[in-house]
Amino acid sequence: MLEVKDLRVTFAGGRSAAPARAVDEVNLALREGEIIALIGESGCGKSTLARALVGLVKPQAGQVIRKGSPLRYSKAALRQHRRSVQLVLQDPAGALNPRHTVYDLVAEGPRLHGLTDDLYQRVCSALNQAGLRPPEQFLARYPHQLSGGQQQRVVIAGALALAPAVLVADEPVSSLDASARGEVLRLLLELRDSLGLSALVVSHDLGLAWNIADRVAVMYLGRIVELGTVEEVLLRPRHPYTKALLSILPGSRSAESLTLLQGEAPDPTAIPAGCRFHPRCPLYSQRHGDARAPWCRERDPGVLPALSELPLAACHFVTPAPADDAVPPLASSVSQ
Amino acid sequence: MIAPATEVGDAAVPPLLEVSDLRVSYGVGSRSVKAVRGVDFMLRSGEALGIAGESGSGKSTLVMSFLRLLPAVATVTGQVRYHGEDILTMNWGRVRAVRWAGASMIFQGAMSALNPVRTIAQQIVEPILLHEKIGARAARARASSLLHDVGLPAARLNAYPHELSGGQRQRVMIAMALACGPDLIIADEPTTALDVMVQAQILQLLKDLAANRSIGLIMISHDLSVLSEVCDRLAVMYAGSICELGPTADVRSDPRHPYSSALLDAFPEIGDPAARRNPHGLPGDPPDATIASAGCSFAPRCPVAMPACATHEIELWPSGPQRLSSCLRVLPEFRDAPDGTGVPREPAESATEGNPVG
Repeated sequence: MLEVKDLRVTFAGGRSAAPARAVDEVNLALREGEIIALIGESGCGKSTLARALVGLVKPQAGQVIRKGSPLRYSKAALRQHRRSVQLVLQDPAGALNPRHTVYDLVAEGPRLHGLTDDLYQRVCSALNQAGLRPPEQFLARYPHQLSGGQQQRVVIAGALALAPAVLVADEPVSSLDASARGEVLRLLLELRDSLGLSALVVSHDLGLAWNIADRVAVMYLGRIVELGTVEEVLLRPRHPYTKALLSILPGSRSAESLTLLQGEAPDPTAIPAGCRFHPRCPLYSQRHGDARAPWCRERDPGVLPALSELPLAACHFVTPAPADDAVPPLASSVSQ
Repeated sequence: MIAPATEVGDAAVPPLLEVSDLRVSYGVGSRSVKAVRGVDFMLRSGEALGIAGESGSGKSTLVMSFLRLLPAVATVTGQVRYHGEDILTMNWGRVRAVRWAGASMIFQGAMSALNPVRTIAQQIVEPILLHEKIGARAARARASSLLHDVGLPAARLNAYPHELSGGQRQRVMIAMALACGPDLIIADEPTTALDVMVQAQILQLLKDLAANRSIGLIMISHDLSVLSEVCDRLAVMYAGSICELGPTADVRSDPRHPYSSALLDAFPEIGDPAARRNPHGLPGDPPDATIASAGCSFAPRCPVAMPACATHEIELWPSGPQRLSSCLRVLPEFRDAPDGTGVPREPAESATEGNPVG
């Protein structure tokens, strides 16, 4: 449906600063009607990946592929692309123009795409799909007259008005109250069931993945480090980073399993050599004597392929030990 | 109204903070907004109390009123006794002495709470110099040891806020709150803007500090699981009142108010099959605080409301050992009452599904 292949997005540094490798070779494929949760700390590149999927940032290398054809970055191609791949942003209050009515906010997309026949019908049906019922009751309202959950529904209605095939939602519920959170997540599930919509949901919240996603991609420092179904990744995590994320979930952690990584999310302008996680990796620091420990410092565990029958983790301690002089598997050597 | 409940205190340990019948309203007359509608609780030294609630539930207004930090348009009534002395009727000089030195506050959004043009050292030293007869050099030494306590290198003293990460700024805020050795700290959403891993670090820090210094801690959050990391007891607020109060583990495992259950269900436990592909929300919106309604304020959204809920409201009532709830169902006469139909509300899918009638 929508795929990224060896995607690399780099932001130039100022003057003497090194460039930031925000997305550093990522493969990910979103199937039809599938919801993928993209999980990671702030600064790991998950929002940049989301923006690249919508065509808002141009990658330095790699491709965004929709229905088998790679995205070209011409104005017309982008326009076409964005009609079927819509972005839903984090903060609905900021995403909605406070001086526009709900009608104008939802109609903006169709107008820009020249879909002005039956505009009223289109807006009403989008509001209806987004759970604002009856739609007539909301048309003349302004954003400040709506609750946070309703505002986010208006944002989603604005995306639905273009009848997209994919929603890319960047932290869609992180600014919402607890009760509205569940309602908006339920809406995303309903849209998948009723319209067959695929979604990539970017979040730092593992509970969100458990609530709605089919697969989870865990991202660290520009790269996906673990990928698999929700059950595989969240119940049987393989990568030490995923394990650490799960161990710090408030409320459910126990003192003995708590793995508190030190420091903040690392710096994408200075990605460590070898495995990019090794400076913070609890497994690496425990297993200094292990034969594979030097690999963590010296060898990149490789880029995960977009699709695989097996759960995948980019960790030297997870992949079965190859012969002494073997090179750790790279994506290019894994046949799909 | 049936009867007010009071918490049973241990006579040997005088409470650190005792709040009784606290009410806050903004504006006057028919348009006045009742943000806090009668809150009672007490906190002992070394105890951590978590206040949970959604935006608009009055939780921030409540804790701001403790230290008289609300603007003049707010009308505050009731009592906030700190070591037996009512803060609301103190003269200003005494209030200023209590702030920082007795009770201090950690605000949400450390980005905006720090002065961008002053160094960390200047900002930590300021309250120390104001409150204590101490030289600049000694104050700076204190600031340096405070930074150490919150896990920052002393070299960061000369940094400006923009040179620090979000988590480091929040640590500086905590160091400032500790600067004058208070015995009460109020933390308003201390981890909201932070990343998951940093949030876990800050929660660990707050927990250690509260335990090691026997500081009374009041922490606000919309996330019950965050509060339960740190707090001994939880108070759940809805529409300006506490609707449930009790030991953290009990409230989490067996909530006695339907709103507490809804808040707990909103954040799923990973591995819980009931939550898989099944997010729980709560339909409807909190009531308009300008309208005084009869009955329980949660009844219009409550999945287990009874006809009596539309007309009756109770104050916090014992619902178990050391537990209080304002749900009518804690009263013996309503304990097993069926869900009513007399209360207008949106259909609650979970409560009605698969429940054949007759």
